[in-house]
Amino acid sequence: MFKKTLLASAFGAAMLTAALPQAALADNTLRMAYDADPVSLDIHEQLSGGILQLSHMVFDPLVRWTNDYQFEPRLATEWEQVDDTTLRIKLREGVKFHSGNDFTAKDVAWTIERLQRSGDFKAIFETIDSVNVVDDHTVEIVTKQPDPLLLNIATYIFPMDSKFYSGETDSGKAKDEIVKNGNSYASTHVSGTGPFKVTGRQQGVKVEFERFADYWDTESPGNVDHIVLTPINENATRVSALLSGDVDFIAPVPPNDLERVEADPDAKLVTMSGTRIILLHMNQERVEAFKDARVRQAFTYAINQEGIASRLMKGFATPAAQLSPEGYAGHNPDLTPRYDLEKAKELMAEAGYEDGFSITMMAPNNRYVNDAKIAQAVAAMLAKINVRVDLKTLPKAQYWGEYDNRAADMMLIGWHADTEDSANFFQYITECPNAETGAGQYNAGNYCNPELDKLLEQANLELDKDKRADMLQQIEQGLYDDAAFVPLHWQDLAWASANNADIEPILNVMNFPYLGDLVIEE
Amino acid sequence: MIAFLIKRLFHALLVMFVISLIAFAIQDNLGDPVQQMVGQSVPESERAALREELGLNDPFLVQYLRFAVNATQFDFGYSYVFHEPTTQVILRHLPATLELVFASTLLIILLSVPIGVYSAIKPRAWLSRFFMGVSIVGISIPVFLTAIVLIQLFAIGMSWSPFPADTSWGAWLNDLISTEGGLPAYGRGNPEHVFGTWYTNFTSLKGLTYLILPAISLASIMLPLFIRLIRAEMLEVLQSEYVKFARAKGISMRRIYFVHALKNTMLPVITVGGVQIGTLVAYTILTETVFQWPGMGLMFLDAINRSDIPLIVTYLMIVGVIFVVTNTVVDLIYGLVNPTVKLTGKPA
Repeated sequence: MFKKTLLASAFGAAMLTAALPQAALADNTLRMAYDADPVSLDIHEQLSGGILQLSHMVFDPLVRWTNDYQFEPRLATEWEQVDDTTLRIKLREGVKFHSGNDFTAKDVAWTIERLQRSGDFKAIFETIDSVNVVDDHTVEIVTKQPDPLLLNIATYIFPMDSKFYSGETDSGKAKDEIVKNGNSYASTHVSGTGPFKVTGRQQGVKVEFERFADYWDTESPGNVDHIVLTPINENATRVSALLSGDVDFIAPVPPNDLERVEADPDAKLVTMSGTRIILLHMNQERVEAFKDARVRQAFTYAINQEGIASRLMKGFATPAAQLSPEGYAGHNPDLTPRYDLEKAKELMAEAGYEDGFSITMMAPNNRYVNDAKIAQAVAAMLAKINVRVDLKTLPKAQYWGEYDNRAADMMLIGWHADTEDSANFFQYITECPNAETGAGQYNAGNYCNPELDKLLEQANLELDKDKRADMLQQIEQGLYDDAAFVPLHWQDLAWASANNADIEPILNVMNFPYLGDLVIEE
Repeated sequence: MIAFLIKRLFHALLVMFVISLIAFAIQDNLGDPVQQMVGQSVPESERAALREELGLNDPFLVQYLRFAVNATQFDFGYSYVFHEPTTQVILRHLPATLELVFASTLLIILLSVPIGVYSAIKPRAWLSRFFMGVSIVGISIPVFLTAIVLIQLFAIGMSWSPFPADTSWGAWLNDLISTEGGLPAYGRGNPEHVFGTWYTNFTSLKGLTYLILPAISLASIMLPLFIRLIRAEMLEVLQSEYVKFARAKGISMRRIYFVHALKNTMLPVITVGGVQIGTLVAYTILTETVFQWPGMGLMFLDAINRSDIPLIVTYLMIVGVIFVVTNTVVDLIYGLVNPTVKLTGKPA
């Protein structure tokens, strides 16, 4: 008996030592190229795609999105609405930060407080009144009024290591300071709970990551040990880097190169219908004719969204007739693109503009996929209903200033809802402009429908999901009937990788690849 | 000599002053830096606060004076994107660009002198005609196209099979015109640290492979120009009286070509060359963008895209200084090659 166990344990030990070098050998490195690198290591400094992608690598959110817009528990394990304004959250136990500190409820409260100080994030977190630490692994988030989007917001709460970021640096500055212009401790030092630690960073050149040995999520199949992120801004170079085998994963793949990547036997392409809507505003304050709903409708009838999506965008876009993409609560399945040139002409005649009129139009030329070409196509389509368009396209650095000044009669914009919810679209794009509340900040059409705004207000307080979805869909219907703007399409997303990287399961429409779960086949 | 250098120093200061003034005057047309620094849904009040903090609301003269006063103490401000002093950002990106320019210059010198001289000595040889033909094509191809073609051929690789692959000669010909690829398509790899902010690609073979394609692309702009210039100058010199005289005296042709003629050929070439090195620095913007070479050119283009005004101004000023310095060095070398040239331009 004794002998047997001894033998078994000896055998086991032999197996173990035999297995060990192999495990050490399997050092998976993922070399990836995005079009930009994160501007800072301080995840509260700027609300941008690059920073959120970094957040998902180095930190963990309380909850995160699945591909069908459900919430997946991460650092929050359970949550429960205690009353209309209080959400109690149970936190995961045994989680460690990269610094070695334990993760507790205090870190969550500290992080939310810091978010409320961040210029870029404070608007999202305005709804939160207080955060109460119940015990080490329970917090209660109290909102000022019932907020149906509290969990959506929780996807932005990436708890930071409060001990690590407390105190002062050698030069006497607070370590938790958020600095936009200048150096701060948090922009160069980082400690999160995420699957990867930052081991090196040369801004604009590369960022290096290493898998965090004490990562809590041991069930994750992810087997990437090392990541090198290189920003490659130039589309053609990024694709070449993948095709030549210099990198294993790139995003985004430019539409012109989709076929080339697909045809390559060593690479694979993943595309997805995105959630960023591209649309044109019709400024009612600048053009008298736009005050007439029939003219606005005529414009939406005159523009062929399907044509733009299939030909100009090479199928790399989903034609839109509303703001909310499929899967969003407000998505109204009854609304479809309404291209009908005859109908458009009829409406123009009815409104007394048979002979058309002249307008100005502006669009960026390096912000969205094919943005300048889209504007040209739209101008050509409007010519068919006798509308003469004087089009000007600008680089994005100059465009947004003009946009804020409402410098043209029609202006192109793309919008992605930070909260992955329809209400965000309405709030910025179609609500009656109000400089004080910030409503309609990007409503360059000066479209205003107080009834729809009222409905939105109610929806923002409605905790019943179905009732709320119904309200939001009513708003979409109202905007559609009013032809509040000219919807064009939702821009698709595309990634590509070497064949041995199984990227499909980790990608999502929000465009934060969950790299911690990435499996590279040997 | 000293007077000459002092004069050049004033030149440099004047150049920097004018550039800074122009760069500052156009900054409003470079776009709103605040827009690049905040998320899209950030409220106007936050933007206004940031604009105030950056001093963007001050009148032009106040902004310029603030900048100028700091600049006299070598403080050119903070980059909006990199969060550190602009001079530091540029110093970090400078070695990559200088190494690239150095490698290209080396290529240009090593190739243009023999080719130019050869095609002047043997103007009718088929090889000379071939070089002249290629250089005409070379002059008219933009650098980014050269770069993309080089990437396709030597980084990704290209296999052609116009010949029947089942025959041995066909396979051999197919192989001959196909390329393997394998050269790095972007970046510098892992350059080794020398000192300070200087990392180099020159210490290892692997590092050098990263240099090959960008250096060839960059050299491709100037190489045809230099070949044609050297050829034309050499042809002219070979017609001159002293060469004829030397020949009549019976001096060996080799000595005439490479000692007597080449020396006089190189004088105008050095002048043009010096100015062109400055131009090469400017062309690195295109080359570095295509190859994602992390030097000053790429940094500058990024700075423009992000309206990083302090960085743009500093870059322009430093490039201005590089121009002045290279011109000064060229003039000094010119004086060494041809001692009859008076640097100060006054009778001695």
